[in-house]
Amino acid sequence: MEMTITEKILASHAGAEQVKPGELVNCKVDIALANDITAPISVKEFNRVGAKKVFDKERVVLVMDHFAPAKDIASANQIKVVRDFAKDQGIINFWADGRMGVEHAILPEQGLVGPGDLVIGADSHTCTYGALGAFAAGVGSNDLAAAMITGEAWYKVPETILFELKGKPGKWISGKDIILNIIGKIGVDGALYKSMEYKGDAIEHLSMDDRFTIANMAVEAGAKNGIFHPDGKTREYVEGRFKREAKYYESDVDAKYCERIEVNVGELEPQVAFPHLPSNVKGISEVGDIMVDQVVVGSCTNGRYSDLETVANLIKGKKMASNIRLIVIPATPAIQREAMSNGLIDIFMDAGAVVSTPTCGPCLGGYMGILADGEKALTTTNRNFVGRMGSRKSEIYLASPAVAAATAITGKISSPEEVA
Amino acid sequence: MAFKGKAHTFGDDIDTDAIIPARYLVSTDPKELAKHLMEDADPEFPQKVRAGDIIVARKNFGCGSSREHAPIAIKGAGVSCVIAKSYARIFYRNSFNMGLPIFESDEAAEKIEQGDKLEVDMDSGLIKNLTKGEEYQASAIPPFMQDLIKTGGLMAAVKKKIGA
Ligand code: SF4
Repeated sequence: MEMTITEKILASHAGAEQVKPGELVNCKVDIALANDITAPISVKEFNRVGAKKVFDKERVVLVMDHFAPAKDIASANQIKVVRDFAKDQGIINFWADGRMGVEHAILPEQGLVGPGDLVIGADSHTCTYGALGAFAAGVGSNDLAAAMITGEAWYKVPETILFELKGKPGKWISGKDIILNIIGKIGVDGALYKSMEYKGDAIEHLSMDDRFTIANMAVEAGAKNGIFHPDGKTREYVEGRFKREAKYYESDVDAKYCERIEVNVGELEPQVAFPHLPSNVKGISEVGDIMVDQVVVGSCTNGRYSDLETVANLIKGKKMASNIRLIVIPATPAIQREAMSNGLIDIFMDAGAVVSTPTCGPCLGGYMGILADGEKALTTTNRNFVGRMGSRKSEIYLASPAVAAATAITGKISSPEEVA
Repeated sequence: MAFKGKAHTFGDDIDTDAIIPARYLVSTDPKELAKHLMEDADPEFPQKVRAGDIIVARKNFGCGSSREHAPIAIKGAGVSCVIAKSYARIFYRNSFNMGLPIFESDEAAEKIEQGDKLEVDMDSGLIKNLTKGEEYQASAIPPFMQDLIKTGGLMAAVKKKIGA
């Protein structure tokens, strides 16, 4: 049959024996997701076409994370549109307020998405769930409205690029360094319309959190999805958490790939993406002296517990540089609570950091750390476009939590080696 | 159907944060969003753009976020269509779903200059540069997408399906 894991998941949801790249397929969706920015448009469209009911009350997931808790009257009104809709429709998975976490962190954590799923989301980083061996791709609000009504979505079966990750990552090398290195190599449209599939002996060394980070940034290379093969770590993560039956797919040995790219992760040094594209990547040794004003740790890319732990371990007992504002944003309430119980929040606050409730906040320039004209930030988020975090005259550098912690201590972009 | 308008040119990888910055995503109103269209790429653009004008960009136009506010803002400003070498996947899909005509042509994207007067034929994808006296052929719109446009976009198709 020679299919890739992506082709197998698309085929199974289209009720087909086999699908081929280029083919258009209509698929049943397992989960339809929207947030406080994209859902209001979907709700408007839902009402405009006279739809009465969502296809499944349990499979529509609405997360109020971008400008929430509401940052102003306009965003409060947007959230209210979605809140009212969720209530009317009896939607169980309305995540807001004290339950709210950044969508792509909370869906896997709460077991709402799992291996073999087909997930459609009105948010470009929906591709994060590929870490679990699911097919997940971002769309716009119209597509999501259609899926909320019909429970279906159309896809063009993508071609797949196979990334073979080799070697054992060094002490300071995380999922973020691997994906930044890949985007630096192939460019922001290097995988346009394609699927990015990961294989190789390095993967057993990657935690689920590392894999989420790698899958998360597939869209930064233009890809439709990024996907890992489920293994023992996946099963361990999913068991007792995922509410539905997991389906473990794997690519056939003779599956067809349009390209194969080898990445030796054993040789990588920490990576930094320079303004204003995620592909302007340099190794930490080539960065030079760059003073920054703000360090942000958070987002759907790197706001998970292990990310916070890495930062805490590095800054514990040290002083932050006087030029630095450090903002730490746990991605979900569960992460925040664990960080609190284990003393991480104390470590951050002792170092002089601002610790926020879960939110997207500054990642998209919403609030909680907007940059002024001429300021520079080093952040663990995923995009460094002009104006993404505030002023169009500001600059954003992307890196791992370890580099973020080192930078907070020294005041300039630094390797964790320097402070460990 | 043909579009006539003045070209506004942009470079590679114009992202949706440049098309409509996130700070304005507290509205879904096309006119409101149009006031800030392309502001982070060219702060004067919202004042310069006239109804019917055409955005011409290089590769990977619309990369980044999935926000439909991007095509909504473009339509809200009265921009008749977009021409680029290539588009980011979600932007491409959104544009067809919402009935914003977009065309792909390397030659057009390279040769068209700021302020050129253009005429674009929707059905054939033929782009005439009236200022330079040149013609470029955009790639054909896939039949599935043409059907979507004919039905009036994705939601019109859904409406038909549910018989509402
Ligand atoms: S954390 Fe940033 S990238 Fe992730 S969903 Fe929120 S705004 Fe988008």
